[in-house]
Amino acid sequence: MSNEQGLFGAKGTGDTSGYGGLVRKSHNELSAERPYGGYFDEMVDELERSYPEFNDDIERVVLDRGELTLHVKADRLFHVAQVLRDNPALRFEMCMGVNGVHYPADTDRELHCVYPLLSLTHNRRVRLEVSVPDSNPHIPSLVELWAGNNWHERETFDMFGIIFDGHPGLTRILMPDDWIGHPQRKDYPLGGIPVEYKGATVPPPSERRSYR
Amino acid sequence: MTQTDPYASSRETTEGRVYSVTGNDWDSLVTEIGATKEERVVVNMGPQHPSTHGVLRLILELEGETVTEARAGIGYLHTGIEKNAEYRTWTQGTTFVTRMDYLSPIFNETAYCLGVEKLLGVTNDIPERATVIRVLMMEFNRISSHMVALGTGALELGALTPMLFAFREREKVLDIFEMASGLRMNMAYIRPGGVAQDLPEGGLEKIRETVKELRHNFKDNAKLLIGNSIWLKRTQGVGYLDLAGCITLGVTGPILRATGLPWDLRKSDPYCGYEDYDFDVITNDGCDVYGRFLIKMEELEQSLRIIEQCVAKLEKLEGAPVVLDDKKIGSPADLKVGPDGMGNSEEHIAHIMGQSMEALIHHFKISTEGFRVPAGQVYQAIESPKGEVGVHLVSDGGTHPYRLHFREPSFNNLQSLSAMCEGSMIADVVAAVASIDPVMGGVDR
Repeated sequence: MSNEQGLFGAKGTGDTSGYGGLVRKSHNELSAERPYGGYFDEMVDELERSYPEFNDDIERVVLDRGELTLHVKADRLFHVAQVLRDNPALRFEMCMGVNGVHYPADTDRELHCVYPLLSLTHNRRVRLEVSVPDSNPHIPSLVELWAGNNWHERETFDMFGIIFDGHPGLTRILMPDDWIGHPQRKDYPLGGIPVEYKGATVPPPSERRSYR
Repeated sequence: MTQTDPYASSRETTEGRVYSVTGNDWDSLVTEIGATKEERVVVNMGPQHPSTHGVLRLILELEGETVTEARAGIGYLHTGIEKNAEYRTWTQGTTFVTRMDYLSPIFNETAYCLGVEKLLGVTNDIPERATVIRVLMMEFNRISSHMVALGTGALELGALTPMLFAFREREKVLDIFEMASGLRMNMAYIRPGGVAQDLPEGGLEKIRETVKELRHNFKDNAKLLIGNSIWLKRTQGVGYLDLAGCITLGVTGPILRATGLPWDLRKSDPYCGYEDYDFDVITNDGCDVYGRFLIKMEELEQSLRIIEQCVAKLEKLEGAPVVLDDKKIGSPADLKVGPDGMGNSEEHIAHIMGQSMEALIHHFKISTEGFRVPAGQVYQAIESPKGEVGVHLVSDGGTHPYRLHFREPSFNNLQSLSAMCEGSMIADVVAAVASIDPVMGGVDR
């Protein structure tokens, strides 16, 4: 990223006081130990019982700010999700959507996908997270389990380029069909297109100084 | 065909014959289609059709008047709010999210702010007066959002008067918003840490009067439609979606409650102290447009009940702070501004310009850079008028959101359109869309 164009502006944090050099800890490194507290222990116990490959397929359990995240191996997502939905003691009937997050620095796991699940029966929530490399962004589709994931997966494909294998019609949903690029990725600039008005050209927001 | 209209012509394509219709050429269209042997017609409704709630495009496959396939095309109002917010501070985020579902801005703001507060770990430190004002504003917003849903829904089925009544009531609610925040829409009133400013003097009195008027006028509105035989015929048994359908499609809000399930996050997973308020979750067993209509009608009264309890609480909390006692997070909401809530804070300017160099440095840092939020991710869900609005926030420890995503109920619920409409009459599609109550600003973001 050394070859930059556009208007002048601060590089880095923009901090001129010298006190901005805080070290940020990536939350991707977090993991939690038992007991998790609340209903989480009971829920994870039940999942371990009914899903024998728990130790292999669940990479990490993270408890952060009172929310439990299960990091699942991408190719096993469908099976874990099915147990979570169908086991009467777990019964996560609803998937509240799909959301992608792009972590370019997380080598070989650049693209993350987050699924907030909700159990109406037990009034519980849990989050599934899977990560795939940018070079091979394939995640099994969950539309067969939760039909409502259809549009959410299309949106995540549109915004991040994650391919959901088995989706009934994975096309762009928000951007035009012939759009190039996936706008929510971190390597996609904000705006990116100059605005022309009466012969003058306004640079795209990504090249204006305050946005860098 | 007596004359040809250049804008209402027809042409051959690989998909079959395509007709353009402008509105005054129905006779020629019927003649022309009638001459063909084709039973199946694909109608493109929108994205500028007046009864599709903004720029929603419906692609309907018809056999006669029966809809065999219905698909929604969205994305015409995609504004990239989620991407934009990554380039702005956490405080500025409210200004973006308020524009998503523009009919329920307070809910977007509150969901976002609760998410930011959870990330900051200050959820329990928010002043009580701020929380009560948030609940008050949310319930007023629920009324104004339902008023648009009910009013435009009736209008789309041919009833003009309920729309006029509904917008009259909505106007009163918008006056309350204007009184509190200075703005009628897109208020950015709820801020991380509290609310932008306290209610003005005499505010509670005005709210009390408004509640009285609204309660009286809602009765008029109810008389127009509840039990009205034309309305019943247009809405009963129309747009059917049962509990199993709602669950697999992730549908929440009045559509879910119209299947008889009393699911309301205000009761099941209370936030903002909703456990302390006395109100009922309204359900209906109809699974249809009429059931959803009745639920919205009755929720108006429940919102008024909550508002009255808020007013009683606020009376006791007179003069209490409305924003978190933290100079970084609370700024600029903690500044004293003019009596109309506008303009500069003279006290603050005198302080930073004349008294304290350090204060000036802090002012500069907070205004330009914003406050930092510890790294992590949260999902915060609240009950908006349309269902569960969930915000997924990711922070990398910086001054901007690393990723902000809204699980918009409109976006999710609009998927149920196919399930509701396929096999029904084309006229019922309009009723079904109205009962979903999609707001395209929220759908496309």
